[in-house]
Amino acid sequence: MSKILVIAEHDGSALNSSTAKTVACAATIDGATIDVLVLASEAGSVAAEAAQIDSVARVLTVEHADNDKAIAAVLAPQIAELADGYTHVFGPSSTFGKDLMPRVAALLGVNPVSDIMSVENSHTFKRPIYAGNAVARVEAPAGSQVVATVRLASFSAAPGGNTAEIVSTRVNAARPSHTRFLKLQSAASDRPDLQTASRVVAGGRALASEENFEMVYKLADKLGAGVGASRAAVDAGYVPNELQVGQTGKIIAPDLYIAIGISGAIQHLTGIKDAGTIVAINKDEEAPIFEVADIGLVADLFSAVPELTKALD
Amino acid sequence: MEKILVGLKRVVDYNVRVRVRNDGTGVETDGVKMSINPFDEIALEEALRIRDRGEASEVIVLSIGSVDAQQQLRTGLAMGADRAILVEADPGLDALSIARTFKTIVDRDGIDLVLLGKQAIDNDNSQTAQMLAAMWDRPQATFASQIATEAGKATVTREVDAGLETVEIDLPAVISVDLRLNEPRYVKLPDIMKAKKKPLEQLAFADLGIEAGPAIKVLAVEPPAERARGVMVNDVAGLVAALKEKGLV
Repeated sequence: MSKILVIAEHDGSALNSSTAKTVACAATIDGATIDVLVLASEAGSVAAEAAQIDSVARVLTVEHADNDKAIAAVLAPQIAELADGYTHVFGPSSTFGKDLMPRVAALLGVNPVSDIMSVENSHTFKRPIYAGNAVARVEAPAGSQVVATVRLASFSAAPGGNTAEIVSTRVNAARPSHTRFLKLQSAASDRPDLQTASRVVAGGRALASEENFEMVYKLADKLGAGVGASRAAVDAGYVPNELQVGQTGKIIAPDLYIAIGISGAIQHLTGIKDAGTIVAINKDEEAPIFEVADIGLVADLFSAVPELTKALD
Repeated sequence: MEKILVGLKRVVDYNVRVRVRNDGTGVETDGVKMSINPFDEIALEEALRIRDRGEASEVIVLSIGSVDAQQQLRTGLAMGADRAILVEADPGLDALSIARTFKTIVDRDGIDLVLLGKQAIDNDNSQTAQMLAAMWDRPQATFASQIATEAGKATVTREVDAGLETVEIDLPAVISVDLRLNEPRYVKLPDIMKAKKKPLEQLAFADLGIEAGPAIKVLAVEPPAERARGVMVNDVAGLVAALKEKGLV
């Protein structure tokens, strides 16, 4: 019988969809009972959202001013304390979960499992290695607690409609003050979130400037799509870092992915492998992106992209 | 700040197209080019810059794994590290044991700052920095794209999903670094010659008194699922038609 604690990711007011995906992974373990833990300064609205996720038995909340920002050194000891009695502690493999969960694992004295892409049984999982160029079947020691992160592109969010019980909880764990949040800079955007968008248009180095990237935005807006970029485009300063797709950026699984002027380095391809349909527009017919593209067009993007945008009127 | 410790992992080179062994025991490493994990190289570059600004006095590189990791440590010394430590161990040593090994060296040598790559490009785990920080009960700042140090503190900008987060941490601390932090220097030939004379201490994991594991066991390694071969279209009209056929526009 598995008892699983899922750590909720949120921004203080809304639950991140990574939580429902993490629950979906947990729910694939036979006979699992799933609780969600919300650590926040005020948990109300986040806990209410979490209580709606299918398969969730209870939502535990720990409210404290020190939990206002997700600081791993502050949250991990509280999670380790509440993990008592649970067979598994799962978090999303977002930067939030990647930062937090290994710290929790170390406090619990176990080796964590990163990026679960599928569950074989309560202690056996598949996970990608070498930027997704190989898949490892791994087994956590029998009888030991499993602390893991869940690869979000591998799971669809668990549906809503539930009314789980919300339980306010207290912990004794010390909250260190040695780590202090100063600020968060986000490029404000009305476009769909890259990580959850069902359509994504992404641009690469071949766009050649920040100004030219405008044509990617235009096509994206025509499609109601989120916008992504290759590492090269981010490094060149055409777009902010949070748009990077790939091994070290975001791993995404939209229904439609349109890669414009992206050559398709292995590290980029690993971020889009789970996309439904991959479209590539590139003037180099030898570009590796065409090896994974479902629809490929060898063309000069500077004429093809405006033409495509117009054709979709 | 006195001492900065940097971890250097020996991994299959970034440019090698890895191939899964037919027997499912792992990926082919025989005759394959091995290098310093690229994120670790960035960590070392940052440590050297901090030292060269006069904000630290010594940079120590540590590798845990096969004796062949001496090559990567020598490269680290050629880049400018002052001394190196090799802890000989099974290259598949578990993350808890690796973090405990770092902790042992941190305590022994009185380290003020540990700089690590945010993940190794072989197993893509991204665990060591966070686990070491937990065992040490010190701050962690992961995925750093900018680091400023001052007396007893560091201000770190982190690349997070929502954008760029800035945190202030007290030292000692552990920082894991991301790609855009810096561009590592190239090693020059005279530096390689000089590096041969720098100290490289060899320890055995078995002698450190650390209890290994229990590890996550790798049962098998397999190639990823292949995507079906796609179609090429001749022009934008063909692309629109193909998208329509799939019901995507």
